[in-house]
Amino acid sequence: MNQAKVAAVALMAIAFCSGVHADAPKAEVIHWWTSGGESAAVKTIAEAYRSAGGVWVDTAIAVGEQARSVTVNRIVGGNPPTAAQFNTTKQFLDMVEQGVLNNVDQVAIKDGWEKFLPETVLNVVRVKGHFYAAPVSIHMPTWIWYSKAAFKKAGITGEPKTVDELFAALDKLKTAGIIPLAHGGQAWQENILFTAILANLGGKELYLKILRDRDPIAVKSEAFKKVLVTFKRLRGYVDNGAPGRHWNDATALLITGRAGIQIMGDWAKGEFSNANQVPGRDFGCIAGFGANSPYIIQGDVFVFPKSKDPNAARAQMLMASVITAPATQVQFSIKKGSLPIRTDVDSSKMDLCARQGLEIMKDKSRQLGNGEIYLSPDQNGALADILTAYWNKDIAIEKVQRDILAALKDGQ
Amino acid sequence: MAITVIVGYLGTAIWTLKVSVSSSRTFPVDDFVGLAQYVRLFGNDRWLLSLENLALYGVIFILATMIIGLLLAIFIDQKVAGEGVLRTVFLYPYAMSFVATGLVWQWVLNPGSGIQDAVRRMGFPDFTFDWIVNQDMVIYTIVIATVWQAAGLVMAMFLAGLRGIDDDIWKATRIDGIPAWRVYVSIVLPMLGPTIATVFVLLSTAVIKLFDSVVSMTQGGPGTASEVPTKFIMDHLFGRANIALASAASIVMLLTVIAIVAPILYARSRALKRAGSQ
Repeated sequence: MNQAKVAAVALMAIAFCSGVHADAPKAEVIHWWTSGGESAAVKTIAEAYRSAGGVWVDTAIAVGEQARSVTVNRIVGGNPPTAAQFNTTKQFLDMVEQGVLNNVDQVAIKDGWEKFLPETVLNVVRVKGHFYAAPVSIHMPTWIWYSKAAFKKAGITGEPKTVDELFAALDKLKTAGIIPLAHGGQAWQENILFTAILANLGGKELYLKILRDRDPIAVKSEAFKKVLVTFKRLRGYVDNGAPGRHWNDATALLITGRAGIQIMGDWAKGEFSNANQVPGRDFGCIAGFGANSPYIIQGDVFVFPKSKDPNAARAQMLMASVITAPATQVQFSIKKGSLPIRTDVDSSKMDLCARQGLEIMKDKSRQLGNGEIYLSPDQNGALADILTAYWNKDIAIEKVQRDILAALKDGQ
Repeated sequence: MAITVIVGYLGTAIWTLKVSVSSSRTFPVDDFVGLAQYVRLFGNDRWLLSLENLALYGVIFILATMIIGLLLAIFIDQKVAGEGVLRTVFLYPYAMSFVATGLVWQWVLNPGSGIQDAVRRMGFPDFTFDWIVNQDMVIYTIVIATVWQAAGLVMAMFLAGLRGIDDDIWKATRIDGIPAWRVYVSIVLPMLGPTIATVFVLLSTAVIKLFDSVVSMTQGGPGTASEVPTKFIMDHLFGRANIALASAASIVMLLTVIAIVAPILYARSRALKRAGSQ
């Protein structure tokens, strides 16, 4: 490269830098949205942030665990990002307690988060009266998906409306030579099945007693025993190829009509729409059984690490308000397959399942968090270990109950 | 050099030890909770299972790799044609990342798409080879895949050892009319002693480090059937925000390594001293 070229490049660089306002709030954002639909979704937030006058620096790191550990390492190393994605869980509670996060009370109070955020989400982002995270999406992990073609072939006429009817449908699918339950044999997917049974069979009260209160009497109860037995009963409807299978491969079994039912989060919708399948026409979605069935909430938030950069706080406030704005929420949710964090949005462009979910969300009494919202990552992981061992091996149910009790007591 | 050793190795080990007796979660905390994390660790079914798996895996993997590696080396040492090509073929698996080949092994072993399916299509509908989804057999699938990977390297090391043996010994045994297998067992193997020790230490560390093959082939499943200590440590370090428990597990692994390697190093230094004083 000759001198003139170097000078030209340098000049361009200077021109570029000065073209961007020197005092524009600049946000470096760590997230793990790297798949097709996900990165399209995160672009909508970036666009919204830019049009609000900010500068968006994207740091996408595949796999949640990796992204979170990079965030923690960078905070420890003194070079924190402006914002970082976490799940709507206790994952970032340690960081709040260690005092490494800025709160966004200013925005939360001005925009009235307390008025529109679901109770469950509110309880996660608000710690000791301060708001330490801006929620961005809500996912419901225990949707029951079914293939209309498979149901037709097996002669199932209506949607199952109770747990018993679900098993009746599974039996019919089995008789018809179709894989009744498409399952990916990985610990977290077994956790989803367990959560679905606990919510739909155990009900809201037992659910909270187990996962939130960690009540020893509830863990030892007959009602919970029945939940565990029913969870294990699902094992009989899974094909031999399930162990280690990825969730999207399981969804593909439904898409091709080789399997009838899958219990999986609403991110599965992305797989159906990639295969040009339409809810209501090719596949159905059931949020839960009965008019009072719990609606399980999980989702994503952004947290805002403390920084030496005086402009960071301004960038963080702007981001908190952009993320939670109704327009951003709708656009993001459509691309991501999630629900908006607020129900006061225009749902007309959303699909059938999302509208159904949003309708249920309006009834606050039906909202429940997933296990991670109530348990520490450590406890939740220990619970997942026990459930996956129980799913795959013959373990006495009393031992499972004892183990769960010990796991929930430990790791506080 | 000394600073590197003290800070880089000893320092981090001491730091880990310190964290393992604290109540740290996401961040290291400066307190002391005694052996609580160790008590919890050894009350954890998954950890105990992963130790059991490691022991079982370690014995079979080291034995199988050494035997196959040695046989391959002896085979190549017979001055076969195309030695260069064979060496490359045998050594090739070791040059590849297991994260990539693990996926291939997963397909090969999967009953729905791999060997079982292929044999059934060939007209044996009852053929069953579903180890990778079988609770009791899954650990052996990891042995198969990792032996495939490591045997070539062991072969190369044994081959170097065999080439170091003086041709005169072979000539002498031929004159005496001793059969070749007898020469290998009674003369060559004892002379390979140092090579065997090196291979053993190398394979032992590979056993302790076992991680990527498990993650790419089974993710520790089905259930927790193929869990290994390193995966337990990584899960608790990053996914489960419990660096104290992960540190306790790391210390246990460190002690295991020392317990295996120290006697060998001691024996070798004794042997060297004896050789030096003669």
